[in-house]
Amino acid sequence: MLEVKDLHVTVEDKAILNGLNLTINAGEVHAIMGPNGAGKSTLSAVIAGKDGYEVTQGTILFEGQDIFEMEIEERARAGLLLGFQYPIEIPGVKNIYLLKAALNAQRAARGEGEIPAPEFMKLVREKSAEMKMDPSFLQRAVNEGFSGGEKKRNEILQMLVLQPKLAMLDEIDSGLDIDAMKVVASGVNSLRSADRAILLVTHYQRLLNHIEPDRVHVLVDGRIVKSGDKELALELEARGYDWVLEESAA
Amino acid sequence: MSAPERFLERLTLRRTDDPSWVAARRQAGAARFEAMGFPTRRDEAWKYTDVRRIAEGDFALATDAGFDAARFEAQRLDIDAYRLVLVDGVFSEALSELEGLPDGVQVEPLSRALSANHEAVGGALGRLAGVDFSPFTALNTAFADEGVVVRLAPGAVVDKPIYVLLLSRANGQAVMSHPRVLIEAGARSEATVIEHYSGEAEAANFTNVVTEVLLDRGAIVDHYKLQEAALTDLHVASIHVDQSRDSRFNSYNLNLGGALVRTDLVTDLNGEGAEAAYNGLFFVQGRQHVDNHTLVNHNSPRTFSNENYKGVLDDRSHGVFNGKVFVKKDAQQIEAYQNNANLLLSDRAEIDTKPELVIYADDVKCSHGATTGQLDEDAVYALRSRGIDEPMARALLTLAFVGEVMDKVRLNVIAERVERAVAGRLPERFNLADLVETAEAVQEA
Ligand SMILES: Nc1ncnc2c1ncn2[C@@H]1O[C@H](COP(=O)(O)OP(=O)(O)OP(=O)(O)O)[C@@H](O)[C@H]1O
Ligand SMILES: [Mg+2]
Repeated sequence: MLEVKDLHVTVEDKAILNGLNLTINAGEVHAIMGPNGAGKSTLSAVIAGKDGYEVTQGTILFEGQDIFEMEIEERARAGLLLGFQYPIEIPGVKNIYLLKAALNAQRAARGEGEIPAPEFMKLVREKSAEMKMDPSFLQRAVNEGFSGGEKKRNEILQMLVLQPKLAMLDEIDSGLDIDAMKVVASGVNSLRSADRAILLVTHYQRLLNHIEPDRVHVLVDGRIVKSGDKELALELEARGYDWVLEESAA
Repeated sequence: MSAPERFLERLTLRRTDDPSWVAARRQAGAARFEAMGFPTRRDEAWKYTDVRRIAEGDFALATDAGFDAARFEAQRLDIDAYRLVLVDGVFSEALSELEGLPDGVQVEPLSRALSANHEAVGGALGRLAGVDFSPFTALNTAFADEGVVVRLAPGAVVDKPIYVLLLSRANGQAVMSHPRVLIEAGARSEATVIEHYSGEAEAANFTNVVTEVLLDRGAIVDHYKLQEAALTDLHVASIHVDQSRDSRFNSYNLNLGGALVRTDLVTDLNGEGAEAAYNGLFFVQGRQHVDNHTLVNHNSPRTFSNENYKGVLDDRSHGVFNGKVFVKKDAQQIEAYQNNANLLLSDRAEIDTKPELVIYADDVKCSHGATTGQLDEDAVYALRSRGIDEPMARALLTLAFVGEVMDKVRLNVIAERVERAVAGRLPERFNLADLVETAEAVQEA
C-alpha cells in the first residue's frame, strides 16, 4: 500500500530524514517509535503533503502512485489521512461543516454524488457516539476550546467518518486519560481491516497494548535503524533506545 | 455650469403640484446643495471617498417603472412580505404587493401619501435628516418625490416583513433617483423593514437615498439594508434614527454590490433603556469602493449600543469604516461596544478603518477595536489535509469569519443570500443550503 524508498528530507537546509525506507502492506498496523527530534512527525507530514519540507531524494508510492505528484487534498481523497500531533483550532468552522465538505470531496473524487443529509446525520451521530462525544461537539467550531483529549478524539472522529485507507496517527495517545485512551484505541481498531493500514507514531508501549501492531520500527536520526514485531516495543520500553543506537552504530 | 447647477437643472423637469411646505423644503434643499457643492476629499467625512464619478456624471430622471418580469422574479427575495417596488425611483404598482396590511399599519409610496394627506407626513418628513447633514441629503431633499412611508400605530405588530425593493435598470442614459424612506414606529409597535437594492447587471445609475426612522417608546424595528446592485452602480445613502425610551433598533447593513457605495448610519438614543445594534458586513471585490460611516449618540443615560462590522475585501477593492460612538455629558450608565474586523483576501485590497469613542461621562462601559488580517494559512492546510480543496477551504474560512455577524441575521433568506455571495468561489457541488439544513437538523435532534 505504502512504499517509502530512500527518502531524504531537509527543512531549511537541515537534513531531517536521511535515506528512510518503509513498506506498509494492506491489513497491517505499523508503529514508529524513536527519540524526540528523530523525524517521526516529519515522516508522517511529508507523506500527508505538508508544505515546508524539501524532498531531496527518494520516492513514496501509495497504491503504486507517486504521491509527490498529488496535492495534499488529492492524497486525502485517495485515502491518506494524518491525525495531527497538535490539532489546530479553526474558529467559526463547525465540525459538521468540515466533516460534510470532506466526505463529499472524497465521494466526488470517486465519482459519487453528495451524501444525502439524513444518511450523513446518521453516520456522524453514530461515529461521535463511538468516540463518546456529545452530539453538541458537531455544532462547535473545529477544536475551538476543546481540551487536549477532546481534540485527539475529534481527529479520530474525522478518521471514522472518512475511513482512510492509510491512517497515520501522530502521538494520538499524548494527553489522553486512561478512559479516553481506550475510546481512541477502540476507534482506531475499528479502522482495521484487510484492505486498510494504520501507521502509529508513539512514544509509549501503553498504546500498543490497546492497538496491537504487526510491525514496530525504531526511527533514529532520520533513518529506520531497527524493525521487529510487537515484542520490540516491549523491549524498548524496558531498555530504552541506547542499545539500539549502539547496535546500529556497530 | 457647475456640477451642482447641472444637477439642479433637472429639477425644472419635475412636476410642480407640490404642497407649499414641500415646495419650500425643496427650495431649501436645492439652495443648500448649491451652496455646499459636492464633497471633496478635503472634507474630513469624505477623506477616503472620491465622489467625482457622481459629480461628473450626467443623470436624467426616470419617468416609467417598467422592468423585465423574469429578471424581477430572479432578483427579488423569495420571502413572504408586504412588497413595495421602485424602479429607478419610480413606483411600480404592478410589481408591488401591499394587500392585506393589518390594522394600524400603513405602507405606501411617498407620492401617494403626500397626495392623500400631505399634512400627516409633513411633521415627520425631514425631521431627522436636515439639509445640513450632507450635500447628498440636501440634494435628496430637493428632488425626493417618491419613496416609502411606513407608519405603525401604537402597539401594531406587523406579521410579515415590509420589503422595499429598489431596482436599477441598465438604461442607455444613466438616471438618478432620490428615494425617501420614512418609518414612524408608534409606541410598542414592531416591524421588520428591508431596503433591498438590486437591478440589472450593467446598470450605472446614481441612487441617493435618505431614510428616517422614528421609534416611539418601546418600539422595535429591524432594519435591513441589502445592497446587491450592479458593480457599476453608484449609491449614497443616509439612515437617520431617533429612539425614544426602551425602543430597540437593529440595523443590518449588508453590502455586496455597487461600484461606489457610501452609507451613513446615525442613531440618536434619546430615552432611557433605548438600545441600538449595528450589524454590518461588506464584501467587496473588483474595484468596488464601500464606505460606511456610523454614529451612535448616547444622549440619554442608561442607553446601549453594540456595533459589529465585518469587511471582506478581495481584488483591488477599497473599504472604509468610520464608526463613532458619542456619549453626551453626564449620560451615565452607558454601555457601548464597537468592533470592526476586516479580512483581506488580496494584497491589493485596501481598508481604512477608524473606530472612535468620544465620552463625556464617567459611568460608562465601552470597548472598541479594529483588526485587519488574512486567512489563517494553517487552517487552510488543516482543511485541505481532510480532502477539501483549496477554494472551498478558503470559502469555509471566509464564512466562518463573517459568521458572527451572519448569526445575528434573523431572516434566513437574506443570510443565505449573503453567505452564498461571500462564499461565491465555492465549486458548484458545495451546497450551502444543505449544510445549513444539516446543522439545523443536528441542533434539533
Ligand atoms: N519547520 C521546521 N523548521 C526547523 N526545524 C524543524 C522543522 N520541522 C522539524 N524540524 C526539526 O526536525 C527534527 C525532527 O522533527 P520531528 O518533529 O519530525 O521529530 P519527532 O521525531 O516527531 O519528535 P517528537 O518525538 O519530539 O515529536 C527536529 O530536530 C526538529 O526541530
Ligand atoms: Mg513528533
